[in-house]
Amino acid sequence: MLSSTADHLYWLGRGTERAENTARMLDVTYRMSLLKQSVAEPHHEWRAMLSISGLHEDFEARYDEPSAANVMHFMALDEKNPGSIYNSLYTARENARAIRGAITSEMWEALNSTWLEMRRIQAAGIAEDGVSSFFEWVKERSHLSRGIAHGTLLRDDIFRFLRLGTFFERADNTARILDVKYHILLPSVDDIGGAADYYHWGALLRSVSAFESYRKVYRDLITPKRVAELLILRPDMPRSLMAAMNEVNRLLQEINGPRAGELLRRCGQLHGELRFGTIDDIFARGLHEYLSEFLERIYDLGDLINTTYFWTTDEWPAPLPAAALSFKMPSSSQLMA
Amino acid sequence: MKPAYDEMLDASGAVRPSYHGFAAWLESTAPEVIARKREEADLTFHRVGITFAVYGEEAGKERLIPFDIIPRIIPAAEWQRIEAGLRQRVKALNAFLDDIYHDQEILKAGRIPAQQVLGNSQYRAEMAGVTVPGGIYAHIAGVDLVRADHGDKCGEYYVLEDNLRTPSGVSYMLENRKMMMRLFPEIFARMAIAPVEHYPDLLLENLRSVAPEGVHNPNVVLLTPGQFNSAYFEHAFLAQQMGIELVEGNDLFVRDDTVFMRTTQGPQRVDVIYRRIDDDFLDPLAFRKDSVLGVPGLFNAYRAGRVTLANAIGTGIADDKAMYIHVPEMIRFYCGEEPILSNVPTWELAKPDDRKYVLEHLAELVVKEVHGSGGYGMLVGPTSSKAEIEAFRRKILAAPEGYIAQPTLALSTCPTYVDSGVAPRHLDLRPYVLSGRDISMVPGGLTRVALKQGSLVVNSSQGGGTKDTWVLEN
Repeated sequence: MLSSTADHLYWLGRGTERAENTARMLDVTYRMSLLKQSVAEPHHEWRAMLSISGLHEDFEARYDEPSAANVMHFMALDEKNPGSIYNSLYTARENARAIRGAITSEMWEALNSTWLEMRRIQAAGIAEDGVSSFFEWVKERSHLSRGIAHGTLLRDDIFRFLRLGTFFERADNTARILDVKYHILLPSVDDIGGAADYYHWGALLRSVSAFESYRKVYRDLITPKRVAELLILRPDMPRSLMAAMNEVNRLLQEINGPRAGELLRRCGQLHGELRFGTIDDIFARGLHEYLSEFLERIYDLGDLINTTYFWTTDEWPAPLPAAALSFKMPSSSQLMA
Repeated sequence: MKPAYDEMLDASGAVRPSYHGFAAWLESTAPEVIARKREEADLTFHRVGITFAVYGEEAGKERLIPFDIIPRIIPAAEWQRIEAGLRQRVKALNAFLDDIYHDQEILKAGRIPAQQVLGNSQYRAEMAGVTVPGGIYAHIAGVDLVRADHGDKCGEYYVLEDNLRTPSGVSYMLENRKMMMRLFPEIFARMAIAPVEHYPDLLLENLRSVAPEGVHNPNVVLLTPGQFNSAYFEHAFLAQQMGIELVEGNDLFVRDDTVFMRTTQGPQRVDVIYRRIDDDFLDPLAFRKDSVLGVPGLFNAYRAGRVTLANAIGTGIADDKAMYIHVPEMIRFYCGEEPILSNVPTWELAKPDDRKYVLEHLAELVVKEVHGSGGYGMLVGPTSSKAEIEAFRRKILAAPEGYIAQPTLALSTCPTYVDSGVAPRHLDLRPYVLSGRDISMVPGGLTRVALKQGSLVVNSSQGGGTKDTWVLEN
């Protein structure tokens, strides 16, 4: 496949997933801000969310205070914020437009109408009582586009690069959501079983559609450690780091490629550490430290995906012998079959 | 003035035999049904996004080309003659290109003034002595035909121009047919209409047949300027239909005079490039330095015979309007035959006698820029105001060699749905002729229709629409 096509597919997947996760993150922050109003530290949740998203400098330059209305406008509708839902959906649509021939027409039409509706919403603004239904809408459109991809695309590298973008972004975003909430909830970690725990950690679980799953898995009180375990290590929890990295690792093995060695090694290492990690070890190190390192390693993997598959000619300096051009490594799934 | 030749109705108003089947169907179908079908066509074209961008309008604006459901129907015998004429003409044009970039026999024989060829800005001196596979330059030719009563000839086909660079529009031919079959399957069941849907297969086969020597399973790609080009829809459509990669300049690179594309599995060699980028933008090292659309080093790879470009570089000399008048002579010279299809009588404003005549008759004539295309930069005398004519006269006097003139042919008409009902509108026809190891084409082509009453300009950029073109099989 053309590198540029793979690049577009990857960012199409990431854009859609990022829009969904931003909506989830805003939703949980919004719910939490309704629960607790600290006089000493107003807008504590919103400030934390901005700093962990890495967008606080841009925000501070253009808005006065991190009030709910300001942050939500910045993160949902602001066309100057590259991380806003508006821009994530734009990224998805523009990347789809560039490769319309590679995806099914159903998929293109869904992404295009999502974008047209987003533009309408942006122009009209979101009323206070429309906040939740806007977040619902973003999630639904993301479910729809993923569902159409799953239901209509041939299972070739087109599908794989698209899914790679989806799960890569999800791994990044779940780590961020967990980190931002943990940061806010830190003072209450020892206050196990308190009402605050129930509401705050409950809101966090709901933001990643994991509240019911938690109940099913643990059949017990909501504790920070179990929440972290669920969202980091459980392979059966679809938005956990483990589940996302299972997909990323498998997709990278299937895609393979003549220069994928280092990428596969680094990804396999990260994957293996999750696979054989325990929540006690993670807490012994410190959850925040653990998540920060995870995000850094995800970031490096992203760079490596870039240079391995979306390479420019400068990154492939050595002239290749004719034989190398026609030789394709069998994928690991073929080897195992 | 006597009405133009009508494709459907003869001078007495009776339906011509070729339209009997369609007219009977039209008669038996309720107007509401037809109105509904027309709406359906519009909606479908919008949803699928068959649009084109219009230069000079608001950036990124996309417009639909109006589609008319009354087909242009060509009887079998008529098409046979057109096809023979097209084969002959395109064969001669390719022979001409091969000749002027090599031995220049036609110039040595004095059949065409050497200065008109070698001094023409469209002549690419860089191509002299470059050998291309099969000696084919114009792999895809879009020959514009019009039909008119002129002199003592009735409903005669004339070649208006030969498009040998990157002729577009074939996707509309294919989409129009798809639409008609979807809307009116019962007519297709009843009438023997020659199919056109295999065009992408013919095109791919044609492109594969001109691969560089020694390449057995050529990798063919379509090179587009990108999604902001007015014909991007067509580029994506054709690439998808042929199952080949749609590439932009930065997907390709040249190493050791070989063209590669960047893929996720590493560099992959490219053998044939169906390029929809103009010569000037193909290679910033060889042509325009500011081109970001092209591939540095492409021209060297091409000259070394390591990659085929379709169409070849330098075909612009053969479809230049200054060369148009010489095509009948090319046919005689290279084929030893009389031309089957006529040229429109043409005056060259570079010649004093012609210039004198044209300047005296501007209000009756069509004047075109020699290097213009797409209906831009032309004067249609009978439909222009005095002021427009005088303004054009000044342009001509400033640089007469830049213009040719032709009589205003009353292009044939066909009944067409317009706001006021069904009315005759003027047409042209662009068949697509493919040259490789053989010459091939699908019957018919793209029929364009001028939707404004009395207008003779059919270009989509100037408010033209399209119709499906039916060549009957019996």
